[in-house]
Amino acid sequence: MSNFSISNVSVIFKRELQSYFATPVAYVFIVIFLVLSGAMTFNLGGFYERGQADLAPFFNFHPWLYLFLVPAISMRLWAEERKSGSIELLLTLPITMLEAVLGKFLAAWLFTAAALALTFPLWITVNYLGDPDNGVILAAYIGSLLMAGGFLAIGACISATTKNQVIAFIISVVICFAFLLSGFPIVLDFFRGWAPQLLVDAIASLSFLTHYASISKGVIDVRDLIYFATLIGAWLYANAVIIEMKKAS
Amino acid sequence: MIEISNLVKKFGLLTAVDNLSFKVEPGEVLGFLGPNGAGKSTTMKMVTGFLAPSSGTISVCGHPVEGDARAAKQHIGYLPEGAPSYGEMTAQQFLAFIANVRQLTGQQRKDRIDTVIQQLHLEKVINRPIDTLSKGFKRRVGLAQAILHDPQVLILDEPTDGLDPNQKYEVRELIKGMAQDKIIIISTHILEEVDVICSRAIIIANGRMQVDDTPQALLAQSPSGRLDDVFRQVTAVGNLS
Repeated sequence: MSNFSISNVSVIFKRELQSYFATPVAYVFIVIFLVLSGAMTFNLGGFYERGQADLAPFFNFHPWLYLFLVPAISMRLWAEERKSGSIELLLTLPITMLEAVLGKFLAAWLFTAAALALTFPLWITVNYLGDPDNGVILAAYIGSLLMAGGFLAIGACISATTKNQVIAFIISVVICFAFLLSGFPIVLDFFRGWAPQLLVDAIASLSFLTHYASISKGVIDVRDLIYFATLIGAWLYANAVIIEMKKAS
Repeated sequence: MIEISNLVKKFGLLTAVDNLSFKVEPGEVLGFLGPNGAGKSTTMKMVTGFLAPSSGTISVCGHPVEGDARAAKQHIGYLPEGAPSYGEMTAQQFLAFIANVRQLTGQQRKDRIDTVIQQLHLEKVINRPIDTLSKGFKRRVGLAQAILHDPQVLILDEPTDGLDPNQKYEVRELIKGMAQDKIIIISTHILEEVDVICSRAIIIANGRMQVDDTPQALLAQSPSGRLDDVFRQVTAVGNLS
């Protein structure tokens, strides 16, 4: 199973993307994402009241939006295949596990990227109203997309563990929440009592929020990119291992 | 040729397939029989590369399933039990997806899709989501998917389950028509089917081979002249041993 083919990844990718738009899921997700991100930016974020030409009030809420919306996208990725039995069809076609895992993940990621891109009227608005630093805005979009990828990789892996999409959703939210806040006392206190300091420090460094915050301020640090790439790679690897282990059940 | 040697599959303490060995040559239609839970589907899942064997080897057209899965899978068309597919896709979209995976292109792709639609009479439902189709049509979409790339090896897990008598007849004719140069393995509960389309029958019980013979020879063993009696006799013995 060593030979890897991009064209196979793209076949899986296209089928997956097609299935989003075959049902109302895609439209519901995009509308809710746009409405909520707009509402948070203007109401909670005080976009106008701040009197600053930037999109910080918009990007600040992305981690919390993704926390609930991204697991809603990822929950069906594998759970549905396992429930309907189509996983048996998929994995007896001449494609490898890696191709299937990547194709599915990339389709979900492109879908969230499309939803994110549809927030462009905000970018136009802020450019119309003032003179923002568009470099910072671009960096924040990249950071937001990377964070969505991290959430998706976690969700895809959790989706592989169960046939039940509701369970996949809830567990993904909990794990994403832990990753989001792993630098904060709510998570660290859980480990401080018994784990060695080294592990506590390692967990603290895993926080989505700290890595995202630095990118969204316009600082694209290689370490943050490596962090998200490693995180996505590790969860997708776990995803493949879990499918391999649990496909028979 | 399919070569299976000393195939074993264990799920925890349960031995689902117990030291199974046989060969199937092109031109043979092998009926794979046995009571529920005998290990038929498990064996088929290992031959198609879905499950890894606990021990033993399988080779399909010279390609080891464990070593060169992609090459082996390219020679196989498989209808899994229950004919699973992607329900939100239309039959047309689903077949187009399978054609993409099978790397069919150009005129050949168009011809093959048209041929299987015609062979399985899918014209009327081709633009409907698979979820909305009857059980019989779902099964036929599954069959169309399995034969789309005109594979050397066809593995069909209960291909006529859920079809009405007319549809059963047509599917059997279709399988007979393809049998000349292919290897076809069919699992079924319907014993008359074995008599009609199979050139060879293997009966397994508790994962072990009980009988490997032609349907005619099996019938000759039965005083009543009915395969049901042979089946009952053989698998009852299997349960006791």
